[in-house]
Amino acid sequence: MDWLTTVDHKKIGILYLIAGGFFFLVGGLEAILIRIQLWKPQNDFVGADTYNELLTMHGTTMIFLAAMPVIFALMNAVIPLQIGARDVAFPFVNSLGFWTFLFGGILLNVSWIVGDVPDAGWTAYAPLAGSTYSNDHGMDYYVLGLQIAGIGTLIGGINFLVTIINMRAPGMTFMRMPMFTWSAFITSALILFAFPALTVGLAALMFDRLFEANFFDPSAGGNAVLWEHIFWIFGHPEVYILILPAFGIISEVISTFSRKRLFGYSSMVFATILIGFLGFMVWAHHMFTTGLGPVANALFSIATMLIAVPTGIKIFNWLFTMWGGSISFKSPNLFAVGFIPTFVMGGVTGVMLAAAPADFQYHDSYFVVAHFHYVIVGGLVLGLFSGVHYWWPKMFGRILNEGLAQLTFWTFFIGFHLTFFVQHFLGLMGMPRRIWQYLDGLGFNEMNLISTIGALLMGLGTIIFLINVVVTSVKPKNAPADPWEDGRTLEWTIPSPPPEYNFAQTPLVRGYDAYWKEKQDGHSGMTPAEPLGPIHMPSPSILPFFMGLGFFIAGFGFMYAPDWGHFLGTDLTVGHAIGIVGLLMVLICMLLRSVIDDHGFHIEEDEIKRDLGGKA
Amino acid sequence: MSAHTHVEGHLPHEPEKATLEGRNKILGFWLFLGGETVLFGTLFAAFLALRHQVLDGPAPNELFDLKLVAYATAILLTSSLTSVFAIQAMHQHKVKSLINWLIITVVLGAGFLALEIYEFVHYLHLGHGFTTSAFSSSFYTLVGFHGAHVLFGILWITLLIIQLAKKGLTVVTAPKVYVAGMYWHFIDVVWVFIFTVVYLMGKVV
Ligand code: HEM
Ligand SMILES: [Cu+2]
Repeated sequence: MDWLTTVDHKKIGILYLIAGGFFFLVGGLEAILIRIQLWKPQNDFVGADTYNELLTMHGTTMIFLAAMPVIFALMNAVIPLQIGARDVAFPFVNSLGFWTFLFGGILLNVSWIVGDVPDAGWTAYAPLAGSTYSNDHGMDYYVLGLQIAGIGTLIGGINFLVTIINMRAPGMTFMRMPMFTWSAFITSALILFAFPALTVGLAALMFDRLFEANFFDPSAGGNAVLWEHIFWIFGHPEVYILILPAFGIISEVISTFSRKRLFGYSSMVFATILIGFLGFMVWAHHMFTTGLGPVANALFSIATMLIAVPTGIKIFNWLFTMWGGSISFKSPNLFAVGFIPTFVMGGVTGVMLAAAPADFQYHDSYFVVAHFHYVIVGGLVLGLFSGVHYWWPKMFGRILNEGLAQLTFWTFFIGFHLTFFVQHFLGLMGMPRRIWQYLDGLGFNEMNLISTIGALLMGLGTIIFLINVVVTSVKPKNAPADPWEDGRTLEWTIPSPPPEYNFAQTPLVRGYDAYWKEKQDGHSGMTPAEPLGPIHMPSPSILPFFMGLGFFIAGFGFMYAPDWGHFLGTDLTVGHAIGIVGLLMVLICMLLRSVIDDHGFHIEEDEIKRDLGGKA
Repeated sequence: MSAHTHVEGHLPHEPEKATLEGRNKILGFWLFLGGETVLFGTLFAAFLALRHQVLDGPAPNELFDLKLVAYATAILLTSSLTSVFAIQAMHQHKVKSLINWLIITVVLGAGFLALEIYEFVHYLHLGHGFTTSAFSSSFYTLVGFHGAHVLFGILWITLLIIQLAKKGLTVVTAPKVYVAGMYWHFIDVVWVFIFTVVYLMGKVV
């Protein structure tokens, strides 16, 4: 019950981690089924229809329901601590964001239970995704599930932006902000400007499917390329929404475990901003073969290659940070160091794909699959593993078992390269993506087998990680405030896990790497910026949960409106009625929220003193 | 934190910015409007891409009744002005006149909405249905999204009026009023673009 009503950003972070982790397992299972299907030529393991469904759900789940939420988990758990804040700007909205994401994700996956699963690919290209070709409810689940989950992401992004702009501790200027907070800041800005485009695209597709509109239906004057533009003007920034937080994590971890200040901090900041900006300028590199013409292709090709410059700056800064540092290869750093060459490989194939004429060869082949998995798995997932191992003690008060963590790294890392390295060559040899079978005798067999073995090995690595989580959770909470002993940023100055109010007294920040600076000056902790006093906290609320549920019910009702009978002899169907009930539920919750005053509550001074162990 | 301290004493000149909560709300709302800009931008782009695809349905220059639209525009722009008066009244701490200006704003908004509904019904009779063509789908989606925003604004401000009547002007209610005012202006600006891009350009080409 406590968890259903919580508005505490640390608990919401844990909820995101659990839900995102769960969807990672679902998406991973789908991946493994895909790979089993492809392990030998002309295999008949799942069948063509199921393959399309698995493929679509794998991509959609991984991007929207696994990767994004785990990023949000870390951002929730860490950002207020890193900037010295007691909370996020809008705790209520924060919890609303979580519940809408979760109910959207559940709605999407209800499709498996119902048996009408989305099957037009995670890009939902028109007219394939329209009602002519996808005439069961599969793509309705895609459209509505993502729409609902997208609301959660958008309000989450706004929340982080306001938190970072308005709630930094005294002395925490923008140019003293930790890199992870910086990357979360830019990521949130990208979310703010990218997701509304997806909202419109999904709404238009929904109108086409449910209300016979003609946006993307060429026979009624609609335009299928319009979908591609709308999708990718969201979709390309989305890739940077995923990778920038990973960059932030790597910067923190490498600096901590090299016991050195991050090399080129200000160039890192500007590179992050530049990548975020360019991320919006390059969407049409996904459409070189669509027929936009040579001028458009050339411009988007060049714009894309420009991104290599700020990215290169980042890579070199990480290397220079390690250079001459006293490096410790504890598990978080192992993942971070493994990230660097892997991500570079993904970047190199990215530049290859950005050359428009060459892309005509690579397009829709396994080369593309290899490229984006090097970026998303080799980049983002290694980064997330690094961050999760790094901040686990702060979130849960327990350090993950180091031996098991090392084992996770090696199985996952080797499995990853086995799976995806050979796919470059499969692609160059002409194996198309999004196919459920290939013929014998084309020279594809061995490499596909290797790829499948690699995928199983990655699955094993994930299982070892889960075992580690279980093993760790049964031991007592014993993590010190600064478990890596070389913590540099503010989150390491407070107990693990932190008390509800984070900081008993808001700290005064005197430089970049605030905690490290105090340590260098021989101080044991931060200087407080305010006297000890009672702390005001927002009250918990069940409303966000019911609002998420309301959206879920509404989506479900509208989806089935065409199938279910009429309502009391009117034009309205039972489905519409259910949908309206769901929306009313949301509105009533909003109404309640605005009429009930939330005065919150105070945590009194003696209680804080007790937490501090009578000192202070 | 300091939400209660000010209420009994006197309000500052700009009560909406007196607390951190208030400032957070206003900044968050500016950002939200940034997202809304992208949302409407995408709708405009879709409309521009599809506006010549009229198939058998009526073309924009046969369809649009500029006189009606001009009335609607005048009403909506006036309501923006009255919402400015509302904010000015708030800064002078005149709750009564604040509430009155808000009521006038809501009434004008409802007038606009009534004209729009009339307009849509009228077009429907001319054979311009939601499913007629790509042009009609994108027209109703763009203009309808705006209309839905107006409706939402009307409900929202009505709720605020009730709150103000019950609780008066405090550092809690002031940011809400301010933010609603921002929203109302935004809707107006979007309408100016719709008037130009949809109606005027539709008449010309
Ligand atoms: C961890 C092990 C993973 C394995 C073994 C795996 C495997 C695969 C395979 C075999 C495909 C099908 C390629 C095709 O036929 O076109 C695929 C597609 C895809 N994967 Fe993964 N994947 C993994 C992780 C991820 C992750 C973590 C993400 C994103 C965060 C991701 C995103 C995608 C996307 C977007 C597609 C394209 C789907 C589509 O074409 O509609 N994958 N994956
Ligand atoms: Cu891209």
